[in-house]
Amino acid sequence: MSRRSLRDSLRFGLLATLLREFYTMNFFTKHNSRLLFWLMLAALVLLPFVTDALLGRGWVRIVDFAMLYIMLALGLNIVVGYAGLLDLGYIAFFAVGAYCYALTGSPHLAAAFPTVFPEGIHLPFFIVLPLAALVAGGFGVLLGAPTLRLRGDYLAIVTLGFGEIIRIFMNNLNAPINLTNGPQGISRIDPITIVGVSLNSTQSLFGITLPSVHLYFYLFLTCTAVVVFISHRLERSRIGRAWMAIREDEVAATAMGLNTRNLKLLAFAMGAMFGGVSGTLFAGFQGFVSPESFSLMESIMVLCMVVLGGMGNISGVILGGILLALLPEILRHSVVPIQQSLFGKTLIDPESLRMLLFGFALIAVMLYRPAGLWPSRLRKRELQSDETAETV
Amino acid sequence: MNIFLQQIVNGLVQGSVYALVALGYTMVYGILGLINFAHGEVVMVGAMLSLTALGVLLGWDVSPLLALPISVVIAMIGCMALGYSIERVAYRPLRHAPRLAPLITAIGISILLQNLAMMIWGRGYHPFPILFENSLHTFAGAIINDIQIAIILLALIIMTGLMWVVNHTRLGRSMRAVAENQHAAQLMGVDINRVISITFMLGSALAAIAGLMVSANYGLAHYYMGFLLGLKAFTAAVLGGIGNLRGAMLGGLLLGLIESLGAGYIGDLTGGFLGSNYQDVFAFFVLIAVLVFRPSGLLGERIAERA
Repeated sequence: MSRRSLRDSLRFGLLATLLREFYTMNFFTKHNSRLLFWLMLAALVLLPFVTDALLGRGWVRIVDFAMLYIMLALGLNIVVGYAGLLDLGYIAFFAVGAYCYALTGSPHLAAAFPTVFPEGIHLPFFIVLPLAALVAGGFGVLLGAPTLRLRGDYLAIVTLGFGEIIRIFMNNLNAPINLTNGPQGISRIDPITIVGVSLNSTQSLFGITLPSVHLYFYLFLTCTAVVVFISHRLERSRIGRAWMAIREDEVAATAMGLNTRNLKLLAFAMGAMFGGVSGTLFAGFQGFVSPESFSLMESIMVLCMVVLGGMGNISGVILGGILLALLPEILRHSVVPIQQSLFGKTLIDPESLRMLLFGFALIAVMLYRPAGLWPSRLRKRELQSDETAETV
Repeated sequence: MNIFLQQIVNGLVQGSVYALVALGYTMVYGILGLINFAHGEVVMVGAMLSLTALGVLLGWDVSPLLALPISVVIAMIGCMALGYSIERVAYRPLRHAPRLAPLITAIGISILLQNLAMMIWGRGYHPFPILFENSLHTFAGAIINDIQIAIILLALIIMTGLMWVVNHTRLGRSMRAVAENQHAAQLMGVDINRVISITFMLGSALAAIAGLMVSANYGLAHYYMGFLLGLKAFTAAVLGGIGNLRGAMLGGLLLGLIESLGAGYIGDLTGGFLGSNYQDVFAFFVLIAVLVFRPSGLLGERIAERA
């Protein structure tokens, strides 16, 4: 072997090692990736400022929404990724959470019950959050109990129906008692307040001004980190392993003595709770909720995040969430101008193009990369680097 | 006017359409053990295709008497091609994959079709052209029009025809054989792939007719009509016992009746608290109730365990 090729292969081996280190990095686990973890944390803390400076404040808002979507995707990942139950109405739990906060944190109910709540209900955020999680989880159990004894397909259809039903109720429960205010939705929801600090205002800390979107970003970041942590711990726990056993082979799992019905119910309720938490944050952030935000397409979008990123892989799901949450914005800024310059008019609007891409993505991923983008790429690189290592 | 009878008439009309669509679900389920989520969208495509064909033909001054059957045939051929391709692209490669995989591709197909339809035919409502004078008949206090009579009759004829095909032809026998046991059928010389493709095509042809019926009955069609219709037809199939053809027909008619009677009387039953705008909720509660109390449906014999 000539000296030059040796040097090349050494160099390439180093690169491969670096790549492998990067791609096999798991949150919180590997010692040698601890530095990377701190670097990433710093990057995340700086993210809103960088985005603000480079792209403008509108993009910080988009990033905030991306965090909400990531939370949703991680919640759905428990149901679809770990336990292998297809939930097509997941956004309904998001809606339940959002309406929980909308009803208990706004002057809305004053109109319906002027004597009981002359000012409406204004529960503090820290009470509403667990409450909403419980209510959403309760809905999950209610919905899962009749269907989880049966084959998985039924769950898919029932959840699909449930997603629509929730929307029908939200749209129509404005009469005879005005609970949801119908299609107009509920506005003037209290901003989220933490230890007396309203997140809807600009704060300054150590001389750094923090606009409202930045404050929400840090709240969402914290919540996402908690969700990631819980997911990660669940994945390796007895429960998580049981879920995966059920996903792989339910009959075998039952034969091993697992109580599959309760375990599936637990996965379903847990996913619903995450959805509820995310919905509460959404309501507080928006200050406004309406049935429009909870359409079937939103459920599909969250499902796409999980499937595309990699079912059952936390990092993959996060990647999927980031990709798909930013996709509509990127399309909005690219599709229309490109079409204008090519054809002189807009043939396909970004919204339907996005849905088309989702449809394609779901089919293509299932056919060619059933494990999603992240794990398969990882495996591929690992294989490649192993081959180069052998030739040295 | 007798409200009760009127609701029964409406329910029967709606139910015949559900039954036709439910047959598509149940045939595929019987053979593959798979819920074809995209079936509702096939109905929508059928409606759109036949409306477009009708419009073109009427524009050429073809007599309505000729234009209607031609456009039905066009829609059926289009939908059969669609059904065939859906099976080839989304289901066949995944026949031995985990159960979740074909469900997800089915969702993908369904979104794809919906959005393609929106691009081709636009977001608006497409009116069904007035072909004949649609006269009204009074029948024991209930009003029924020509289109509704035609829907019920046509649905009955088609269902009888399908039963004959399944029970008395060579194709029907191989379909039943594949449903019973794929491997055994293959050993007996049945071309499984062909039978499965034909099943999809048959179901899609029925869906095309159902699509035309829905748009004729309501006088309009739009790109989103397939979703709810598919959901309800699936409920009908489950109600009758999924995998069972007679069950799908019975379930369809029953669901139609439950829905129209429910929507007609829900206001009285709940003292005005809930109105007929909750019509779409009934199918869902029927579905849940069936799954809780009789998961095998009314006529179903067994419910396969997930394996």
